[in-house]
Amino acid sequence: MSSVLSTASRTSSPRTTAIFFAGSVALLAILPAVLPTYHVSVATQILIFGLFAMSIDILAGYAGRTSLGHGAIFGTATYVVLYGVANAGLPLALAIPLAVVAATLLAAIFAALAIRTTGVYFLLLTLALGMIVWGICLRWSVVTGGENGIRGDIRPAFIGDARSFYYVTLGCSVVLTWAMWRFIRSPFGLTLSGIRDSESRMRSLGYNVSLHLFIGFVMSGVFAGLAGALYALFNNFVSPSTVALTQSVTGLLMAIVGGVGTLFGALIGSFVMIALENFVSFYTQRWLTVLGLVFIFTMIFAPAGVLGTIRVLRARRQG
Amino acid sequence: MNLFQLLNGLTFAALLFIVASGFTLIFGLLRIVNLAHGALYLLGGYIGYSVATWTGSFAMGIFGAMAGVAIFGLLLEGGLLRFVRGYELRQVLLTVGVAFVINDMALVVWGGDSFTVPTPDFLNGAVKIGPVFYPKYRMFVLGAGILVFILLWLLMNKTRLGVMIRAGVDDAEMVEASGINIRKIYLWTFLLGAALAGLGGVIGGAFLSLYPSADAEILVFSLAVVIIGGRGSLPGAAIGALLVGLLNSVGQVMFPELAYFVIFGPMAALLAFRPLGLFGKAA
Repeated sequence: MSSVLSTASRTSSPRTTAIFFAGSVALLAILPAVLPTYHVSVATQILIFGLFAMSIDILAGYAGRTSLGHGAIFGTATYVVLYGVANAGLPLALAIPLAVVAATLLAAIFAALAIRTTGVYFLLLTLALGMIVWGICLRWSVVTGGENGIRGDIRPAFIGDARSFYYVTLGCSVVLTWAMWRFIRSPFGLTLSGIRDSESRMRSLGYNVSLHLFIGFVMSGVFAGLAGALYALFNNFVSPSTVALTQSVTGLLMAIVGGVGTLFGALIGSFVMIALENFVSFYTQRWLTVLGLVFIFTMIFAPAGVLGTIRVLRARRQG
Repeated sequence: MNLFQLLNGLTFAALLFIVASGFTLIFGLLRIVNLAHGALYLLGGYIGYSVATWTGSFAMGIFGAMAGVAIFGLLLEGGLLRFVRGYELRQVLLTVGVAFVINDMALVVWGGDSFTVPTPDFLNGAVKIGPVFYPKYRMFVLGAGILVFILLWLLMNKTRLGVMIRAGVDDAEMVEASGINIRKIYLWTFLLGAALAGLGGVIGGAFLSLYPSADAEILVFSLAVVIIGGRGSLPGAAIGALLVGLLNSVGQVMFPELAYFVIFGPMAALLAFRPLGLFGKAA
């Protein structure tokens, strides 16, 4: 049941993936040369949210656990970086590791509570936990600045302009995407996929299902936290909306639009959603309505997403 | 905790029960986690506010909100959810989309200001309970919560529809096999659940006020109630509401800034031992 959203486990060979990966990186590397500055920062945002959506896909696609609390993990890292640098005066080199540790701890708490449940219960629980974090960020105004959030020009001068920061983000994205891909292809990741397909079978084979899910969730939290820390540098601002349900939902929707269980699909989803947001905002302020409608239509017509649908079609053609 | 805070906790629990009972009914029978429930609450509150100020009658406001939200529920069930029937996760995520649309459209219609539903004169002022003076309206909320509980209990235990709903919660296929049109029961349950959200919106809108993020706040409380109480259980919802309501009241007094965190404790403790909630049954 929990794998309803994910598609057939047919995946491309490592060599095709490597070629595809190298080609995409090369293409992304020359982007700033041809794009105007504004679009470069949109591209940066796409990469950051792509990482975030991939961290959600690790759980949703490979462990069969759809989380609606990852926005809180992502945003906690953003809060810690901004609070650390702008309010507590920590150096950035300390604030970022601290932020990732905070996100990881939060993910560990979420995981400890949520891994016992599956399907909708997992979704509900992560949603409730994420909303508690949102409530705290909103009300604990001494630390979080409440509704006003925390603002601070925390990006160091040498990556101050949009283009150099894009390259920093691209570098991080390449390393992290590779790490995530290695993670899901590792024996550990394959065990997670096994748990997604049949928990009872994996248990009777002697695997410690709870421990695997726990570590899987925490790893996913580490990646979400790293994306959140990058976002702090990108945005120089954080407010409760960064940890809100909308954030978790947007990330999940990106993973779904790209195709749950395809990892790289999350990047495509991020591109589609952020491009759409920029396009729509040009004409109307009703982005939330459009987001809601995209959600409704995706769920009804294309739950497998872009890459998922391509895979299904290809599988059908090959018989 | 003094009497005043205790009453605050109890009256908030009564509101939570009204909202969460609708949520848990839909969750129990249709297996749909309706994450648009908070948005339906807010919509009910706004409709109630508009009708009550326009007609000058609180009762009309309640009626209008319940009817309006029930119709909306009908459209949601019959128009959208039927396309994803049987896919639990797709249903949930679809209702998230619906919640966004409702919330954003409400912002267009009613704006971002906060509103309070006007209450009738006989509910204004305070009443002396023991040593404290307590707002009459909040006592009315407590009464309304208890009344809703009794009515729902009678509906579930003393009527034919209630028998069919309870049978459907346990085994929908079996109900269908005995020649009952389960689709119709689904629809009625969804309408009832939505109407309860609308009722909660008006009642809550008169003392908690209505603003664009009120739906998310009430939703997380309802979720906590249902997670504690267990899917589809009325007594579970009542106990969950009492726990969450009282803890919230304690939390607001002791740690005003972390009040949200206080409902987290019992939820965590409970889940460690009963992942399906106090009265939950395995699906």
